[in-house]
Amino acid sequence: MTTAMFPWERVPTLERTLVTPEGVPLTIRLATAGTRTSAFILDLVFMGVILILMTIILTILGFAAGSEFVLRMLFILWLLGAFILRIFYFTLFELRTRAATPGKRKNNIRVAARNGGRLTADAIVARNLFREIEVFLPLAFLSTALSEGTLSTATGFAGLGWTSIMLFFPLFNRDRLRVGDFLAGTWVIEQPQQELGFALSARDAGDQYDFTEEELAIYGERELMTLEYVLRRSEPDEEATVAAAIRTKMGREPAHDDRAFLNAYYAALRTRLESGMRFGRRRASKDSDEVRPDHGPLMR
Amino acid sequence: MRGLAGYTATPLARSDRFRSEREADWWRLQTIIETVESNSASDLDDEELLRLPILYRSALSALSVARETALDANLIAYLENLCQRAYLILYGARSPLGTWLKDFFRRGWTVAVRGIWLETMMVAGLFLAGALAGYLLASGDDSWFYAFMDAGMAAGRDPTATTEALRATLYGGDSDDSGLEIFAMSLFTHNSRVSILAFALGFALGLPSILVILSNATGLGAFVSVFVAKGLGVGVGGWLAIHGTTEIFGIILSGAAGLHCARGVVFPGDLTRLESAARNGRRAAMVMVGVIVMMLVAGLLEGFGRQLIENDYGRYGIGAAMLLFWLGYFYRRVGNTA
Repeated sequence: MTTAMFPWERVPTLERTLVTPEGVPLTIRLATAGTRTSAFILDLVFMGVILILMTIILTILGFAAGSEFVLRMLFILWLLGAFILRIFYFTLFELRTRAATPGKRKNNIRVAARNGGRLTADAIVARNLFREIEVFLPLAFLSTALSEGTLSTATGFAGLGWTSIMLFFPLFNRDRLRVGDFLAGTWVIEQPQQELGFALSARDAGDQYDFTEEELAIYGERELMTLEYVLRRSEPDEEATVAAAIRTKMGREPAHDDRAFLNAYYAALRTRLESGMRFGRRRASKDSDEVRPDHGPLMR
Repeated sequence: MRGLAGYTATPLARSDRFRSEREADWWRLQTIIETVESNSASDLDDEELLRLPILYRSALSALSVARETALDANLIAYLENLCQRAYLILYGARSPLGTWLKDFFRRGWTVAVRGIWLETMMVAGLFLAGALAGYLLASGDDSWFYAFMDAGMAAGRDPTATTEALRATLYGGDSDDSGLEIFAMSLFTHNSRVSILAFALGFALGLPSILVILSNATGLGAFVSVFVAKGLGVGVGGWLAIHGTTEIFGIILSGAAGLHCARGVVFPGDLTRLESAARNGRRAAMVMVGVIVMMLVAGLLEGFGRQLIENDYGRYGIGAAMLLFWLGYFYRRVGNTA
């Protein structure tokens, strides 16, 4: 492993461990800056669509109504709607059980409390009120300044500086915290929908394959996982390549029933490695030696 | 026995048997989680809700076992994902919005405002000093007025205006009262955004918040000085008081909330800096939800009340009543139990 000399050479790990009250560690993956940007842009698009739809519907209603009183009420409704949309769009969605806006949902991410506890409503309100200075203030500032042509060089640079600090704030801390996350005690984590695959060892392997101790000793856990990955993808070309490689290593003749061969080898290798595991013998990969349990003095 | 037949592919690896015995429970847990995540938790019956923690714990223990005995990456990833989602539902659960709002008005808002009393005093002092300075400077020398007040915002209400013109702005109102509600609503949305700004800028060590407060205060002082110079001091007081006690209180609270955030970052006390920033940030956010409510009230008072009530006593009376109401509401005693 190489150690990074300079900060920019360090690859940040986005995995954190959460120990549940039951004492089981769970791995939590923080959302990358890219995912969050994509979620945010999606949300901006949704907000735009909602605003346009609201405007169209209220305009149609206004034409239908005709009376001036109704028109004024509709205008108020529009003002209020636009205000709620801007200030509370994120908050209202994140207050629901999934703790994610539609954009976050599409990107399989959600908000969670940094300490692993309850994600309280005030935390969600806090993290989203800061959006006002992170995004909307620079946007409003730039759009008025540009349209009125009052943007002097100095204020332009000041605005640019401010926007950049806000924009790149998540990249300057390990946990990818926005200013709002920082002040609300929250973070954004990945939450994909993982499905349970087949039980691979239950697959039809045929009885024609037996493996010797030597043949099973070629590989370790990492290769087993790779084989699992290949079998789950089940692409014939890939399987043929892998089967050929394994056969060559064993010194077996090439054959055609790659799928059955791989299934059988997978099941046998897994049985072997897992039974070793139960006795504390682990082998990480083909390049490493088997680790045996270090029995205490009593056992020696 | 470790000969040729020793590792024949058995129909089911031991860890897959372990899995097939529990699969049904995991599937049940997954279904419940998916229902809750799609925000239709009300579709679940009581039995399913009661099962959730039990199924979660059994999945968690299955995960621990699988990590020690199974070399099935997909199985472990699945269980980990399942447990994490169930964990967030069980331990990250919030009270529903309605309950939260009830608690907010009953005590949450008061507790938050009381929590930032020190900053509130500081910002109130700052605001008064700023207003006084604006008033004194602008009444001494007209050029100060233009330094404090934006010409667009003053809209002709500057030192060169005649007494009659100024009086008209205080009492003229709109001869017909159409469009008051639109006026009130735009005041509300505008003022709310300004106060959110004053609050959120506090993040930058509080300095921008102080600047926003000071510029508002000096502007107000300069504005009042114009009217006082023409003998309209009582009138302008009423004109401002009717909604100002609510609106200025709201602005002071939002500046204080901003400072409170900054204090959490700069002076963490016994907590870590992150914890202290988060605690203060959340408390300040509660105050801000309240400030938005105050701005709605102020918008209504300014949009409707001021246009419909042209009597000075009436205006002062409402302003004083609102101030007493807010002070009583915020600084009353609240129990510590939810």
